[in-house]
Amino acid sequence: MSVDQATVRHIARLARIKVSDTEAETLQGELSAILDWVEQLSEVDTDGVAPMTSVVEAEMKKREDAVTDGDIPDDIVRNAPERDDHFFVVPKVVE
Amino acid sequence: MAELTELSLADARDGLKRRDFSALELARAHLDAVSAAGDLNAFVTQTDEHALKMAEASDARLADGSAGPLEGIPLAIKDLFCTEGILTTASSHILDGFVPTYESTVTAQLWRDGAVLVGKTGCDEFAMGSSNETSYYGPVINPWRRKSDGAKLVPGGSSGGSASAVAGRLAMGATATDTGGSIRQPAAFTGTVGLKPTYGRCSRWGIVAFASSLDQAGPLTRTVRDSAIMLGSMAGHDPKDTTSIDTPVPDYEAAMTGDIRGMRIGIPKEYRVDNMPEDVDALWQKGVEWLKAAGAEIQEVSLPHTKYALPAYYIVAPAEASSNLARYDGVRYGLRVPGEDLIDMYENTRAAGFGPEVKRRVLIGTYVLSAGYYDAYYIKAQRVRTLIKRDFEQAFEAVDMILTPTTPNAAFAPGEITDPVTMYLNDIFTVTVNMAGLPGISVPAGLSADGLPLGLQLIGKAFDEETLFRGAGVLEEAAGFDARPDHWWA
Repeated sequence: MSVDQATVRHIARLARIKVSDTEAETLQGELSAILDWVEQLSEVDTDGVAPMTSVVEAEMKKREDAVTDGDIPDDIVRNAPERDDHFFVVPKVVE
Repeated sequence: MAELTELSLADARDGLKRRDFSALELARAHLDAVSAAGDLNAFVTQTDEHALKMAEASDARLADGSAGPLEGIPLAIKDLFCTEGILTTASSHILDGFVPTYESTVTAQLWRDGAVLVGKTGCDEFAMGSSNETSYYGPVINPWRRKSDGAKLVPGGSSGGSASAVAGRLAMGATATDTGGSIRQPAAFTGTVGLKPTYGRCSRWGIVAFASSLDQAGPLTRTVRDSAIMLGSMAGHDPKDTTSIDTPVPDYEAAMTGDIRGMRIGIPKEYRVDNMPEDVDALWQKGVEWLKAAGAEIQEVSLPHTKYALPAYYIVAPAEASSNLARYDGVRYGLRVPGEDLIDMYENTRAAGFGPEVKRRVLIGTYVLSAGYYDAYYIKAQRVRTLIKRDFEQAFEAVDMILTPTTPNAAFAPGEITDPVTMYLNDIFTVTVNMAGLPGISVPAGLSADGLPLGLQLIGKAFDEETLFRGAGVLEEAAGFDARPDHWWA
């Protein structure tokens, strides 16, 4: 399975990573090579085999649906590159 | 006091208890060693001041009888574990300046038990790599060098900084994480012991996530006993990680009885790959002989889906990574590169903040999860994963442990492998274990033809790390691995 330039640009857009023309060209080759290589999985007969959802068989522990943490707004925004009081600041979204 | 750094973790623990030396002396000896080892580039952050304070507190507890099981032991922490108030980078540009306001559960348990933090070690960016060359902070260098040309070598990856720190006597042990081989492969490359516990044995809370269904924390040490001691502190149920298992943590050190008589060891025929170097194959045979001589029964087992583990991994792991790494958006932490609007800011930040290998994996992950491809790639890979796990379950009906080489080759030089798929093949013998959620341990067992360490891997049943330590202890003693790298870096 090989991908074309348009596909590379499309998935880069989905992943929110800007790629230059040169990068897109390199990535096209690299991603195609990786996808070619994983293609060998099609040899495996997986009819009737359930996809794995959990590698260790265990009942997930549940807890009471109650607030157990909070009141730490200073901590939450402390590492933000840009903040105002207890808000994350982002470029203008709504005109 | 230079010889203090030569002690095993177990011997240092006993020496501290006897007050032969103080925790402060032990910490200073290691901090000096770290400062002198700049050429190894093992650390992203040194935490000298912090270490000295912790060591003083350890000395106080050793004096008043309240010492914990790791009291005063200097440890290095992979820079993937969040440490409260201390820079945590995952060796990525995108986490520039990130200082967590919380402590990972695993490291919190180590400090609870008295350990001392000497610094944060470099790794492949977001733990994605097998050579440490993808770190934003430059490649970590292996203390070992080739006999033939003396070239500087990679320590393996992704936990290369932790492995170099332990092999170079800069720390008595280190935390590491293993998603496809990232503890065991660097252990094999640096002549150290690396354990990947069963998935769910250690909490993942506070560890920068790569592939959540595969990631597991474990120790890197110089001896099997030290590994058992460290795991005892790292393991345990954590309500903050729903995938951590609520089962008692046994006394792993006590499991090292040295007695494996009657134990059944499986040799998987599918691991006999084409072009396996002669020295790797010969060492594997030696491992078989050692275990046999110790009274174990050897038998061949079959793991028919082995060759599909790596390609399935390179669908599952990037898929999970693309989802986990969505949080690096220039808003909540780390780097922000301005843009014309919000999306432009996201795209600029992620373009500048992620290195080439991380970008490749995020893009592959995005692709295999995108509309129209999800069933063909992701669901297919998860079906194959079920088959891989089934292979092991069938094998473990007949045997107690499985013996394999850890890696198909010894350490290589930076720049020697440039093709991504060739690099991925480094994990061919380790990745199956992650796909099945099992524990695996790499023990240094001999030298390659070019004088470099090689490891043997034991794979165990889920949550049976005790048997693994027992077997690993026997291998370690039989191998008598006492080779050392020349101390060229200081």
